[in-house]
Amino acid sequence: MSIHKGRGFASINYPIGMNLGGDPSQALVHSNPDGKFAVALSSIDLGQGMKQVTRQIAAETLGVPVEDVYVDTADSDTGPHCMGSFASRGTHRVGNAVIQAAKEARSVMLEAAAEELEVNAADLETDGKGNIFVRGAPSRSISTGEACGAAQFKHGKTVSGRGIFLIPMSDVDPETGEMTPVSCYAHAALVVDIEVDDETGEVDVKQMNSAYEVGRALNPRMVEQQLVGGAWMGMSHALWETTEPYYPDRTHGPTDFNQYLMPGPGDIAPHDIAILERPAPDGPYGGKGPGEMCANPVLPAVANAVFNAVGVRIDELPITPEKVLRGIKANGGAQPQGQW
Amino acid sequence: MSKKPVQFTLNGDGKAVFVEDGQNLLDVLRRGVGDLSPKYGCGQGTCGACTVLIDGEPHLSCLTLAETVEGRSLSSTGGLAQGADLHPLQDAFMRHFAAQCGFCSSGMLMAAKALLDRNPNPSREDVVEAISGNICRCTGYEPIIEAILDAAQSGAGRRSA
Amino acid sequence: MSVEFRKELFANERDDNLNEIGKGTQRQDALGHVTGRSPYFDDHLFEGLLQIRCVRSPHHHARIRSVDYSQAENMPGVVRIIRPEDVPNNFNTLLSLLNFGRDDEPLLSSKKVSYIGEPVLAIVAGTDRQARDAVAAVRVEWEVLPHVLDVEEALKPDAPVVNEVYPNNTFDYHDKYDHQKLRYGDVETAFSQADRIVEGRYQMSPIEQAPVETNGAIAAPETNDRFVCYTSTQALFFSLGTAAKLLNVSSNRLHFIGGTVGGGFGGKVDSLVEPMAILACMLTGKPCRFVWDRQEEMQVGAPRGGERWYLKDGVMNDGRIIARQFTGYFDSGAYTRLSSYAIIKGTAHLPGPYHIPNVKADVFCVYTNRTPATAMRGFGVTGVDFAIESQMDKIAHEVGMNPVEFRILNAYRDGDMKAHRREAKNCALIECVQVAAEKANWPIRDEFKQASSMVGGGGERAKIPHTVTDEDGKIGERRAGRAGAGQTRTIAPSTPAPAPAAYTPPPPSAPPAPAPQPAAGQPAYAHPAAAPAYQPAAPHAPPPVTPAVAPAPPPAPAAPAPASETSTPSARPVNRPGYSRFASNSGFRRR
Repeated sequence: MSIHKGRGFASINYPIGMNLGGDPSQALVHSNPDGKFAVALSSIDLGQGMKQVTRQIAAETLGVPVEDVYVDTADSDTGPHCMGSFASRGTHRVGNAVIQAAKEARSVMLEAAAEELEVNAADLETDGKGNIFVRGAPSRSISTGEACGAAQFKHGKTVSGRGIFLIPMSDVDPETGEMTPVSCYAHAALVVDIEVDDETGEVDVKQMNSAYEVGRALNPRMVEQQLVGGAWMGMSHALWETTEPYYPDRTHGPTDFNQYLMPGPGDIAPHDIAILERPAPDGPYGGKGPGEMCANPVLPAVANAVFNAVGVRIDELPITPEKVLRGIKANGGAQPQGQW
Repeated sequence: MSKKPVQFTLNGDGKAVFVEDGQNLLDVLRRGVGDLSPKYGCGQGTCGACTVLIDGEPHLSCLTLAETVEGRSLSSTGGLAQGADLHPLQDAFMRHFAAQCGFCSSGMLMAAKALLDRNPNPSREDVVEAISGNICRCTGYEPIIEAILDAAQSGAGRRSA
Repeated sequence: MSVEFRKELFANERDDNLNEIGKGTQRQDALGHVTGRSPYFDDHLFEGLLQIRCVRSPHHHARIRSVDYSQAENMPGVVRIIRPEDVPNNFNTLLSLLNFGRDDEPLLSSKKVSYIGEPVLAIVAGTDRQARDAVAAVRVEWEVLPHVLDVEEALKPDAPVVNEVYPNNTFDYHDKYDHQKLRYGDVETAFSQADRIVEGRYQMSPIEQAPVETNGAIAAPETNDRFVCYTSTQALFFSLGTAAKLLNVSSNRLHFIGGTVGGGFGGKVDSLVEPMAILACMLTGKPCRFVWDRQEEMQVGAPRGGERWYLKDGVMNDGRIIARQFTGYFDSGAYTRLSSYAIIKGTAHLPGPYHIPNVKADVFCVYTNRTPATAMRGFGVTGVDFAIESQMDKIAHEVGMNPVEFRILNAYRDGDMKAHRREAKNCALIECVQVAAEKANWPIRDEFKQASSMVGGGGERAKIPHTVTDEDGKIGERRAGRAGAGQTRTIAPSTPAPAPAAYTPPPPSAPPAPAPQPAAGQPAYAHPAAAPAYQPAAPHAPPPVTPAVAPAPPPAPAAPAPASETSTPSARPVNRPGYSRFASNSGFRRR
């Protein structure tokens, strides 16, 4: 009749995007006469923040403030083709397509500014606040709005751009499995501290400490959203969720949220997160995708923590109180393993 | 199929609709009145996405018979803002990045408002209990709890309803 | 909850001086979310909107003898019955859009059902309740068949055939094998040299994506002989292409609108609701809504498939893993959907982010009589990572090593060769391990604190070893009881490399080395005699970026399956598509 403390560790990496290459996404960027930009996509925001991350990528590449850009998605009539939002591909594939499209639009805008300022476009810079100025002579400047207006009404140029990104198609060798699955990987490591009640078998997650390497945190608040929410889902997978509690038997499958269990707001644990950034050479500003790998290390870390706490190795998920109790009983009692 | 007239106020406006036998309030609000802010997540009263306030109390509109709100005063997230000014809870949710997909947000805000209106200085446990009928699959709940506590700090509960 | 940024790590690889990137700017959609104005697919109002519900199988596996909807058809509010023969091209597989796999799944089944919940008829009615009442009045005569629910049982010679397109109950890989192989080095020899063998069996059961918004779509006629479809899909063009193929319509007659979704997590890719809603709209001329209720979302909507993994590791006493062998079974359920691709993704992920010089894996996509599986957050990887990291912990325990130091010892580094024969780059596992341990006050010794992803990789670790391959498990052999009948042969790398040296562990009292040091001495592996030269695939040069390639044209529609009984078209006449009044929520569309 004791509470046993335990801690468990896990480390993982995660492939970014669809396997087997191809995996294309496209973007269109265009400006109105005031230098306000629209990014047209058919990509999907499931809540991960697709609209905002592509907005920031476009603004950065165009050299304008983020308020001057809106992302419009998803409409198959106006948004060019995109494979969709899954496999942590969005930031990487769609982001790169947006960069290509924004680069093209930017170059037209700079050409128009160059014409107005009577300089070479190569001598111009943007200040990210809505101005285009001559490098070294910042007083010689023009607003992005004026440049775009001049482009459209005087020079007859469309301040717009098109972009597509994909990674090379890859075959898979039937004999060896040789292949080029993706071009970059995210990483994570996580320590979970738990308490196990050896009378009820309940596992209480008390604390998580983690490090996630995401290439580049394009919007740090949104990365945080993914990591916190994802780790919660990992905890849920480890200890609560299943559609088949007696797999492979299908009986007692849950049909509503009363039976499909997930941790509620009273079950969550404090989570202290460190974010590392090793830019992917082919990522948009080095960005990878944190959306899936955030959950993965939690599952084994919890299983390892249960072993550490009571000496029960549970190799089948979810780790239910029943499994914990059966394990303790089979061992003749809880066997805490001690900590490093 | 007989239809019954029902009158109620929604976010301060008088509404009059004809409802069918057994029609639930969620359906009437969304398709009868055109308030799309309460959401359908389960239809079984287990997810909280359909939460609205009836005379200040949180109710699951998917399990509420529409005809029972005759003469009552309803609130939904669609009417939470006061004109162009956001309610402090809405502002707090934004500042704390407490919405990802946003689908639970309408219900969460209703549950939170009901809490703060009756308890302007909730503890963390009070907040947890108030939202424990609202499922969120995206955020892991922590940002939502922090947003509600923050809104309470800035006096959201003492604001007139 | 706290978040810190370890900017000092890899700082020389980044320019942190950017304008908008790296800022926690407010989300474009945040205001919509907190005001209830974000336009999800269901937030569009239509005059005369009809509702769709399906008649679904109560059996794991059964033949359909007859379907009698005569009573249902005449019930109040029922507008249209949709039968399998009403689906213009009633056979598909999701990845046919990428030319991967064979069509194996109908939208509505007419011959047999292979999982509980499989739809055989759809009913379109004025209200949800009317549709449900009509569904309850449909009489189906089933002939129950034996079923199989366990992945290893399904591979036995006498197992019931779940999916007739794959009669061995496994997806066919490369028209040759009933699984995907990974072969790198020589695990058997390495096992014989290992100090210990550690084995494990790991099982992850199916998991629901359970977004708070269920799957759904509303289809309505547009003014220009097209159909608009508001959808919760995670993949707009995937769903559009699937609908175009199933309904045999030109893709430009479909106008898909979505992009604002109440959670997906992989469960909104299967594109089952859009074709049904559009078909109903085509047949009735009215806007039609097909939304799964929570019960359907739970047990009929595809979950993350169950996975079973057997691991066997050859380990040295100092903690180095020198060989790792996997056998993995993905439970695809009754149909392929995306599982065929999960196997490839999973295989590429092996053996995990560690440098292990000998790796062997056989990974199966198995059909069973359960709800078909689909993608879920971490698709192809979550289950095997649970297996790998549980196994790592077991090994650390066996050799008496600090589990964190154990990860660092075996971690991959820049320049290492991975088991799928590509160089590891941009690694950061070691740094993540170090930082997590530090945050958690998990002590590790100094040499492990000093390890780096950028030091110690490559060299000997970059060389592709002599590899033993086999032709075991050709399609059909397992079911015929002849598994394991293949031949083994050894493949030498194309560039002659010295045989990998035996590792000589330091004396027991010394701390384990953070990275393997090749020892001078006798090579452990003899050169194979007269081995055929192996040509590793040439590295792929990235193609120049070209304008969008048009997707492959959809295959010519299959001839419609003959009706199992004399088919009389539904008695109700098809209404000519007409203009439908509808209002969009708040005038906003997609932002």
